[in-house]
Amino acid sequence: MNKLIDRSDALNYIKDGDTLLVGGFGLSGTPLTLLDELANSNIRDLTVVSNNLGEVGKGLGKLLVSGNLKKAVGSYFTTNRDAVEAWKEGKLEIELVPQGTLAEAIRCGGAGIGGFYTKTGIGTTLADGKEQKVFDGETYILEQAIKGDVSIIKALKADTLGNLIYDHTARNFNAVMATAGEIVIAEVDEIVEVGDLHPLEIVTPHVYVDHVVLNKYVKKGGVYVESI
Amino acid sequence: MLSQSERIKIAKRVAEELSEGQIVNLGVGIPTLIPDFLGDKKVFLQSENGLLGMGPTPDDENVNMDLISASKKPITMEKGASLFDSSDSFVMIRGGHIDVAVLGALQVDQYGEIANWAVPGKSILGVGGAIDLVAGAKRIIIACTLQAKDGKSKLVKKLTFPSSGTRRANILVTEHAVFKFTNTGTELIEILSDISMEKLKEITGVEFGYDNVKISSSKITK
Repeated sequence: MNKLIDRSDALNYIKDGDTLLVGGFGLSGTPLTLLDELANSNIRDLTVVSNNLGEVGKGLGKLLVSGNLKKAVGSYFTTNRDAVEAWKEGKLEIELVPQGTLAEAIRCGGAGIGGFYTKTGIGTTLADGKEQKVFDGETYILEQAIKGDVSIIKALKADTLGNLIYDHTARNFNAVMATAGEIVIAEVDEIVEVGDLHPLEIVTPHVYVDHVVLNKYVKKGGVYVESI
Repeated sequence: MLSQSERIKIAKRVAEELSEGQIVNLGVGIPTLIPDFLGDKKVFLQSENGLLGMGPTPDDENVNMDLISASKKPITMEKGASLFDSSDSFVMIRGGHIDVAVLGALQVDQYGEIANWAVPGKSILGVGGAIDLVAGAKRIIIACTLQAKDGKSKLVKKLTFPSSGTRRANILVTEHAVFKFTNTGTELIEILSDISMEKLKEITGVEFGYDNVKISSSKITK
């Protein structure tokens, strides 16, 4: 069994109007190759769930430029001025979610939990219109779980079964998004034989991963660059 | 604009508040200067993008942009560091496992309620982990200038900027003074510059107690 597919074939699993969970914190742990494929496609009206929208013209920022996006759900968009501009012009809907609530909502989505109560947001405008409930004398707000039609994530290595390991803080939202997509596509720097990853180091078990694609970028000086 | 020496003064004073062995999350800006002033005191820095045991900036040749801080700057790992995903990271933050969060602020009210994520009238497009930390850290220290760029006090009677939550800060450290917050209001606990008590009252407009104030500047008396 081998889950490796061509990067261009990954688009067969994504359609207009889908909700995509996209891994990454800034550009770290972002599936750059898959995002390039999407930016070059005619797939439109995507809702993207991701902590940020990359940077101007980079990572998810490319999809903003190429017009694939309808809506972004995440915690921090001000680092990409294109996102701010698109929102001002009414070209992009934005739903702002505290980072911890975002992570937990995706975790719940992957765990078959419909929603959860949290103290984060109590007393802020982000709690407006949300159900409140008191547990042990403290007030919590209800947040709904988040699931995706497709998760596109980035890992360091996969084995052919789809077990994944990550590079340092590039794990960020990837591991939890691996659990919450109807279809999960992992972009990796290297694919190895089953048994080459030690069970002690595997972070994402293969049960969550449907397809694997190879990253076309290579790391030089600690940064991913176009391979020549 | 605050001078670097004043930023350092704030960072040094906050460093005094931290204790050996604590788990600490540092926000962006002035809080990132604190590790330089801890001396022999060992604290463990948590970075919300998935690291406990954050070390200093690496040499250029050891930069890996997949080992970064929450400010997206390259970092290193200390011995004993651990890596985890965002959901585990916020279990630490929201579950009350972080001893101290040191955060910047736009405003703090007289009871310690914080505004640190949004400016009224401007687009609100970033919150990050700020309000998770406010809701979940065991102790909250605010490190910021006493006045905003327009000269207005950041310590205020009532917030005019959007609140970061009903959870209150424990102390506020500025370049001029350190304030403590209690259920009854603000208490001035230390003066760090040659500012006069009158001037401090004038700038803030907040009624604060000062029965046990420590004067750390040689130029003035109580």
